Order: sequence, then C-alpha cells, then structure tokens
Amino acid sequence: MQITGAQMVIEAFIAEGVETVFGYPGGAIMNVYDEIYKQDGFQHILTRHEQAAIHAAEGYAKASGKVGVAMITSGPGFTNAVTGLADAYMDSVPLVVVSGQVPMSLIGTDGFQEIDAIGISRPCTKHNYLVTDAKDLPRILKEAFHIAGSGRPGPVHVDIPKDVTAQIEEYNYDFEVELETYKPHTKGNPRQVKKSMDAIAKAKRPLFYLGGGIINSNAAEEVRDLVHKTQIPAVETFMARGTLSYDDDLLISMLGMHGSYAANMAMSETDLVIALGARFDDRVTGKLSEFAKNAGVIHVDIDPASISKLVNADYPIVGDIKSVVLDMLEHVERIDPNNYEGWRETISNFDELHPLTFHEDSDRLKPQWVVKRVGELLGDSANISTDVGQHQMWAAQFYPFTRPRQFISSGGLGTMGFGFPAAMGVKVATPDKISINFTGDGSILMNVQELMTAVEKKIPVINIILNNNFLGMVRQWQTLFYDKRHSETDLSVQPDFVKLSEAFGGIGYRVTTKEEFDAALKDAIEKNVVTFIEVIVERFENVMPMVPSGGSLFNMMLLEKKETK
Amino acid sequence: MTAKSDNSERRVVSVIVVNEASVLSRITNLFSGRGYNITSLTVAPIPESKYSRLTIVTAGSVRVIEQITKQLHKLIPVLRVYEHEDIVEKEMALVKFPISENITDIDTLCQAYNGKIVNVGENVVIAMVADESARIEHFLKAIKRFNPKEIVRSGAVALER
Repeated sequence: MQITGAQMVIEAFIAEGVETVFGYPGGAIMNVYDEIYKQDGFQHILTRHEQAAIHAAEGYAKASGKVGVAMITSGPGFTNAVTGLADAYMDSVPLVVVSGQVPMSLIGTDGFQEIDAIGISRPCTKHNYLVTDAKDLPRILKEAFHIAGSGRPGPVHVDIPKDVTAQIEEYNYDFEVELETYKPHTKGNPRQVKKSMDAIAKAKRPLFYLGGGIINSNAAEEVRDLVHKTQIPAVETFMARGTLSYDDDLLISMLGMHGSYAANMAMSETDLVIALGARFDDRVTGKLSEFAKNAGVIHVDIDPASISKLVNADYPIVGDIKSVVLDMLEHVERIDPNNYEGWRETISNFDELHPLTFHEDSDRLKPQWVVKRVGELLGDSANISTDVGQHQMWAAQFYPFTRPRQFISSGGLGTMGFGFPAAMGVKVATPDKISINFTGDGSILMNVQELMTAVEKKIPVINIILNNNFLGMVRQWQTLFYDKRHSETDLSVQPDFVKLSEAFGGIGYRVTTKEEFDAALKDAIEKNVVTFIEVIVERFENVMPMVPSGGSLFNMMLLEKKETK
Repeated sequence: MTAKSDNSERRVVSVIVVNEASVLSRITNLFSGRGYNITSLTVAPIPESKYSRLTIVTAGSVRVIEQITKQLHKLIPVLRVYEHEDIVEKEMALVKFPISENITDIDTLCQAYNGKIVNVGENVVIAMVADESARIEHFLKAIKRFNPKEIVRSGAVALER
C-alpha cells in the first residue's frame, strides 16, 4: 500500500505490538502526531518534558520486558531526551526513540530547531539512524525494534526529517530482518560450560555474582534453580535485585559500595566468582587490584566486550544467561551441594557480626524504617522505583524484593529525576501492582512536572519523599570526606510538597510519625491517585556500610554498634 | 590498575564495515569516547561489495587492544575486525622538493624505498615512496638534507599474510 512516512511509523508500531507511546509533539514531528490523532492501535501518553517521556518508556520496558517506545521533536525536544537515552544505554534498556528532524533541504543550514541529533545520540545509543528516504523506513523501524530488544538490549534512535514523514511510498512490513553484521551470540560454548562446571565442582568457596543481565534475559527462574541445586551462596548487584527472593537462605545481599558486610566479605574471600550478567562496575568492585584477589572467575555475558574488560575471566562464556544457565543445569550433578556447608557458615558468621541494619535512635523517623515499613505493608504487591541518592541505596538495601522486574532504578548513569516518570511507565505496564517511587527532596524536583501527566492519565504513582532537607548522598560524602563542608547541599528552603501535589490535582501528606505514615500510605492506596507522601526523616543519617570510593571491598565503614533499645 | 598503564604496543587493526553514512564517525567516536589512540587511519571501499575497509594503526596494551576489537565489533555496521599478527603493511608518502635540489640523488633514494619522482613542475618536484611505516620514517629522515617543502603520509594499509 502507498502511504506517507508518518503513516508507516504508526503501522510499524502497531505491527510491533506497541501498546503505549510516551512523547511530546513539536514542529518537525507534527506529521506523525497527526497520524497518532487518527489511529486507535496504541495509546499516547503526553509527558510534560521529553526527558520524562524517555524515563517513562524505560520504566515501561524494565517492568514489562518489552521494548519501550518514545517520540519527540527535533532540536530542544531531542536534546531534552538525551539524558534518558544515556540512562537507557548504561542500563541496557530496550527502547525505540523516534525524533523529528528539520526537512532534508534544511539539514546543515542551522534551521529552526535543528540539531545534529544522530551525532549527539551516537555515543549514548546502541544504534541510530537518520532516515533520508521513506522507502527505507519500514526496514529501519524493523531493524530498530530488533536491535533494541536482542543481544545486550539498548536504546535505538531513529531521526526522521519532516519531509520524509510526508513522502508517500510503498509500505510492506512483512519481511525478516537481515543484518549480516549483527548476529548476537546466544548459545554458550558447550566445552567452556563444562569446564566452568568442573571448576565450580573443585572450588571450596564459590560465589554467585548475579547481575542485571539475568533480569534482561528473563533468566531468574533458571538462576534460582541453579543456585538451589548447587547450594552455592549468591550476592546480587544493585541491578539484579529481586533475582533471588529476599528470604532465600542462599542470598547474602547486595554487594558493592553500599553492599552488606557479609556480601562484600564473601566476595573478598571467595575462591571462584561465578559472574552471571554482571559487568564488574566500579561501584561493585571497589579497588580492582584487591577485588576477589584469590579467586578464579567464570564470566557469562551476552556482550563479549564486558568479559575481561576490567577483571580477567578464566572461564569466559559469551551467551544469553538463560541459555547458558540451562546448559549449566545439565551438568549440575557434578557439583556436591554438601561441599559448601562450612563456607555458608563463614558467611552467616559475617552477617551476624555486622548485619545490614540501622538504629532507631532519633526523634525523627529513620528513612530505612520507611522502606522496611513499605515492604512489610506492601511486599510483593508493589513495584518499587527510585530516584538517585541515599533513598535509592536504602530502597535497594531494605526492601524485601521477591521477584525480578520489581525494582526499577537508574543504576549506571545515576539519573536524578528518573524515578517518578519511570514509576508512571511501570504502572502503565503493570496496572495490577501498586507503583511506589522512593525519592528524595532533591530528586523529586527534577521531574516534578510529571504530576500533570499522572493526573491527566490517572496514573496513581505513590511518591514517597524521604525528606532530610539535604542532597543527602552528596552531603554524606561532604561529611565524611570533605570535613563537613556542606557545599550547596542544604535544601532547607523547600516547596510545600503537599500543596505542590494538590496544585496539579494530586494528593499529598506530610508525615512525621510511624502512625501518620501508615495512615497516609493506606489512604493513598485507597484514593488511587498520584500522591506525594513527604516523610520528615533524620537529617544526618548516612548510608552504611560504605566502601569509600577507590577503596577495597573488605575495608568498609560500618554502622556503629549500639545496644538496641 | 587500568589497562592503559600497561606496556603499550603498536598494533594494526583492520575493520570491515558496511559502506553507509556516518559509519566513519561511529568508529572515530568510539576511539575518542573510550580514550583509545589512533596513530593513523585509512579507509576505502572494497571493490564490488557494499563494504569498506578501514586500516587503523593504534597503540595499547594487550587488554586495551582486546577491548578495541571487541568494542569495534559491537558497532552494528561492523562486519569483521582483524587484529593483525603476521601482515604485509605499506604506507605511501608524497614529498615536495625545491627544483634546485639534486634530483638524481633524490630519485636514487626514492628507489631504495619503492618510489620515484612522480611530477616535475616549474619550481618543485614531487617524489612518491611506498613502504613499511617504519621504513617511511627512515626515508623521511634521510631526505631532510634535500630541504623538503611539504610531506604527506597516507597512513598504513595492511593485509594478513
């Protein structure tokens, strides 16, 4: 059929099974928005800022496992979206982002709202395209969805000049993607798999190091099986939270800069690291030369470039985690689960020595208590998004995660302002779960305009603002490493968060006690509209334990021991 | 602890890429974005195909070179990456001399480096040589006494033996 480039975008989205598009219109993308107006194959959610559109699409993708889709205009519309693209690239989030561009005849002339969009998006996308002819559009869109969702997932950006969206060409979407240069390797080398299982059988203190790749690969069930059959203890990265249930005896906790003492000590004492979809990020390893110093390394990852990038892998396996773990399970009888009893005991002793906990020693509520309390009250029934900072670490440390895709956060890029729009995307993807966003008094103001989107589209995200009147994480570093010079981190001057939410048509609570908090959360869930719950928390609480930047994992600053009241 | 502090070695990497818009900037962006060196880079289409071949001379430790090849391979339009061990490598140089210099001597020297005088004008002569990059360096040292006015090097191209 002969249709315009704009109609091709709509047709391709519908053919790809897209149900929701997050976006913001503008001059160069108007032809496509005109077609969005005419169709009913998917819903469009108008965010109030392009950055939020991308984060919402990320939340949607992370919670659903599907490719998230966003649409923006040229120039400032695009540049506003760049942070989201970079965020998605760092966390391997599958996205297709379509942007408008000035007409071909104006490209390179410094036209109104012109910017070299693909030049800017190149280093923060998995791939990008400038569409110069509508004839190429079906192929490019199909490739974009394929590339975004396969291999190591990531964002793909498609920049379409305005005249190309008006160009009429033959449309056919019924073909297979043929990319001779892109064929992700999913099946692990069988000999390497066997050798690595032999290495595990010989190891005395092996340790699973579970990463976000497991979630992307939908392999949590298989990984749980492998962990349980081998009885080898496991640590999770921030990105892998929920792979094992919080109450799994073999789950030690999160490792890294704010990992638990037991998790970091286990990583320091292990003789064989079994890394599944983890990338040895500096927030995980601390000082590299001291990281798992005496251990061999098995590294399974779909991205060959992640293997031996920072830590040399003795058993590199390139492949999809799910496929490789299923292959590993074939050889699981080589491993005697009774071998590791002493090792497990060593780890539980670490945990008894310095458990992951906090003291309730302040007149004000403790932020960790709030996270724990939400866990007690909502547990599995909520999906948890976060912004970036102290609250994010407390959420990762103290929420009782029970399943993959329950925890949605900005890990690699650490983008303040991620949480609220992401939590909207999460709610749209999983409407039967309560969508909580743990945020701080700093982060929430970075995409606060999304109150309007959430009110208009009736997306009842509950934002729990842990308000310490500080940019807490930076303040913590200033306290610890900059001799308490709290430069530009004191946020004593603040809006009235309750009125702010109400001004947009949401609801708000300001709570200072446990009883008030419980009542507010209950009320917010009943009212089922977008909510701010501002919790006044202890101002100077630090996230502990902490491995100072560049320090060794086993040299942690620990919570001071106190008699519990 | 970064690999960059390890022993740095000269390496020649060939990259076969789909011949499409902006593919070169994908490659050079990758090098600049990740802090890798480019000593020289040549690019030309492969005859009767939709591909181009890039020859990149770079420097880095074994680990850095491994990362470079892996990261290059991750780029969608990259078909193959060769990190060469045993290669035939050639580079070309063009040199402009004043006509007043001893042309016979220059020509003799050029011949020792697979070259000759390729153009004689009113005021200048232009000589061409094609040889291994290391020998090109020697040649450029040797011709200093003939007061070269301009020197252009092509960057290396290489083929596996």
